[in-house]
Amino acid sequence: MPYVPHTESDVAEMLQTIGVNSIDDLFIDIPDNLKLKGELNIPSRLDEHALLGKLQALSEQNTDLTRVTCFLGAGIYDKFIPATVGAVISRGEFLTAYTPYQPEASQGYLQTIYEFQSLVAELYGMDMANASMYDGSTAMAEAAIMATYIKKRSKVACARATHPHYRKVLGTYTWSLDLSVDEIADDNGATTDYSKLTEEHAALIVQYPNFYGVIEDLAEARKAADRVGALLIVVADPTACAILPPPGEFGADIVVGEGQPLGIPMGYGGPLLGLFACKQEFVRLIPGRIVGRTSDSQGRNGYTMTLRTREQDIRREKATSNICTNEALMALASTVYMCALGKNGMQQVAESTVRNTQYAIQQLTQTGAKLRFDGKVFGEFVLELPKSAESVRDGLLKRDILAGLPLGPYDPTLENCLLVAVTEIRTKAQIDDFANKLRAELSN
Amino acid sequence: MPHLRTKSVRIPDLIFDRTVTGRIGVNLPQANTPKVDMNAAIGKTRETFDFPEVGELEVMRHFVNLSQLNYGIETGFYPLGSCTMKYNPRINEVTASLPGFRNIHPMQPDYTVPGALEVLSSVYDILRELTGFDEITMQPVAGAHGEMTCLMLIKAYHESRGEGDKRKVVLVPDSAHGTNPASAARCGYDVKTIPTGADGDCDMEALAAALDDTVAAFMVTNPSTLALFERNITKICELVHAAGGQVFCDGANMNAMVGTTRPGDHGFDCMHLNLHKTFSTPHGGGGPGCGAIGLQSHLEPFLPGPILKRVNGKPTFESNRPDSIGRVSSFHGQFLMAVRALTYLLAYGKESMSDISRYSVLNANYVRARLKEVLPPAHDRPCMHECVLTAKKYKQNGVRALDISKRLIDYGFHPPTNYFPLIVPECLMIEPTETECKQTLDDFCDTMIKICEEAETNPELLHEAPSTQVVGRLDEAKAVKQLDVRWRANRTTESV
Repeated sequence: MPYVPHTESDVAEMLQTIGVNSIDDLFIDIPDNLKLKGELNIPSRLDEHALLGKLQALSEQNTDLTRVTCFLGAGIYDKFIPATVGAVISRGEFLTAYTPYQPEASQGYLQTIYEFQSLVAELYGMDMANASMYDGSTAMAEAAIMATYIKKRSKVACARATHPHYRKVLGTYTWSLDLSVDEIADDNGATTDYSKLTEEHAALIVQYPNFYGVIEDLAEARKAADRVGALLIVVADPTACAILPPPGEFGADIVVGEGQPLGIPMGYGGPLLGLFACKQEFVRLIPGRIVGRTSDSQGRNGYTMTLRTREQDIRREKATSNICTNEALMALASTVYMCALGKNGMQQVAESTVRNTQYAIQQLTQTGAKLRFDGKVFGEFVLELPKSAESVRDGLLKRDILAGLPLGPYDPTLENCLLVAVTEIRTKAQIDDFANKLRAELSN
Repeated sequence: MPHLRTKSVRIPDLIFDRTVTGRIGVNLPQANTPKVDMNAAIGKTRETFDFPEVGELEVMRHFVNLSQLNYGIETGFYPLGSCTMKYNPRINEVTASLPGFRNIHPMQPDYTVPGALEVLSSVYDILRELTGFDEITMQPVAGAHGEMTCLMLIKAYHESRGEGDKRKVVLVPDSAHGTNPASAARCGYDVKTIPTGADGDCDMEALAAALDDTVAAFMVTNPSTLALFERNITKICELVHAAGGQVFCDGANMNAMVGTTRPGDHGFDCMHLNLHKTFSTPHGGGGPGCGAIGLQSHLEPFLPGPILKRVNGKPTFESNRPDSIGRVSSFHGQFLMAVRALTYLLAYGKESMSDISRYSVLNANYVRARLKEVLPPAHDRPCMHECVLTAKKYKQNGVRALDISKRLIDYGFHPPTNYFPLIVPECLMIEPTETECKQTLDDFCDTMIKICEEAETNPELLHEAPSTQVVGRLDEAKAVKQLDVRWRANRTTESV
């Protein structure tokens, strides 16, 4: 009974108070033929020491990114996480709390969520943000669905240069609601031709920077959306928004994104953090939790979940979304990250990313590889190789470099292309090492 | 009864108000690559933005002080019904932070992460055995997300049989969690409500009358939100199947069944599990959740991909899935939650797994028995892992269930769930979980009895509660009318 504290005498006293003879008597409502008989076919129990050993052994089978140098990104980035983040989110008062339904006993968490909403709205240049979504892909799908409610149109248009997994999630969510998605093709890695966008579309979705790292022209996207009366939804990288003009400056209606770069470990892709911000006018249609500031009868300020009549536990089938549990702890991690870095640190990380990326482009294009696309990039770029990207990736892994993502499986015309990410923690020596090993690999 | 003393607490300002230009709260890595002309590299750059500028000690103090204004399971008893606030073992946090789990990328080649795939497959193997379903996936990242995914599988199943256009209705009991009808609506379904009978079981006549060839699915919570085991469950599944519908099990209450009975054996076609309830992954103040789902083999072709299967024992991703509904989240679901869940499942193992259901049911019945005079149970049957009580007799004194809950905060306890399920008047839903000891339950019950006395003798104490926290009851109407959901620069702000 690892976590069950009962002694035999506790159990005897409790059964007596209840007025039954055995615990089995409490299960009389379960028909006998539905009760499990015999032993479960699962492993035997382990003590805590053995558990740690078992999990440690499993973890060591993985090639973790402290053992190889990571140039793989594609939406999840190998970044520096301050020690303060882990110290805060492992505090039991935060870690083991439920959703703050009782605001008087949850002021600490509620204030952090208010701060989180403020930071996300500010970073994206938007009026307001919610308390978080599951991840970037579902935030994007929810934004698209919200746009179809606002515009009362049943189609959305999505730039093809958006993360392929995000587009797939969008496809699944929209299918289930009988909505449809049209793709806007890219030209040379950037979205420029919006002629397929029509007045049937509730929204235009573009990613900033896009899946290939290319910085899309949001002013053009805004104009295209306006031409057909569609909303502009931007999927924006939060790190990039510390140095690029944020989507809000271009008049984006809804901005979503993946918050993992803000102090959350890669963790094989979960848990992540969905960011969701929009214009104030859409506040009553926003999915998920929102925390607001108010006061008590003595005039003391406090925080509480608000606009609750949008939500599933009150509105049931008329709710704006079915989301209930979101990613509060990850939102807290990102809040600590953004507060610790502050304006100066956020800018510094973004600038270092640009410097490292530019240096990597310069070095890697002297190895026999070249840049596939011409557009300006942030943090990531597509490298075209003279041979199969997959084989080069596998070869470099043997030399302790995780070179990036081979793009062939996502687009056959990019068979020899590798998506390479360079974060703020890559050093000149690591980039030089990558270039040397790539040169060697390509001359094989 | 708990001993209560007051102490002064530090109430932090908003961190924005602590800003002094030029400060930074972290010793950041410095780039050593050559400097570049930013405009040449990326075009136009951002002018500025209003983020805090504070030192590292200030950051830690801010959040530590805030944590002390918050209540978690590690602070005290947290009997929030339907939420299964059991102890979240600390060893789970240790295993989830191992570098080999924490520092792996979801798109690195499968052959570099055999340990991660083994973690996922091991969780699948154990959950398959505990639930009695043929397949498990963990791509859904929360409970409601799992519900929605199950309904999508059902939708794809009906479409594959050419019945997608006519089966447009999802039946939901009047006692269901709000996520059930919301998830059904999110899948484009119309929702019809099925009443609950006087004995707490599903009203079988109403169900039979509602079943026709427009019904896609019935969503059943078992044990129900009334904390009662649905005695007709096999019959319900037979009836729905005979009408061509599918039956979904809301697994929020799985804690009552672990190692004792399996939903897959009851006749369900699919279910969701909340690993953050039943399998002890921390709720984190509102997530991350983890919404694994279980399903029978006829729904397998439609699973979101890629799916993980054992091939000759070796976990392998299978991505060529022509009938798949696609994807429901960015990558492989909440992987680090799977690590925690596996750690927990292996701590119990086959020898102790049923302790989870047995002692959670014992604890709930104990609380129910100790409180039955002051707060009568809604139904006269043994409860499962939680008890649903009514405070309606205090309404004549002007005392509502919420007042009792708020008074509990003054005594150092987290309140139970209030006003849910909706069909029980002045409802208090108490879920003690198996990890609470008898002394804690006695403290809680003694306190509840005292509060019920206060409700008779001094109801004002309850109306004014909580009076021991940094704020009293908040003006929710004002929060909506004068909507203030973010800090802005150049506006004077006051602290809490």
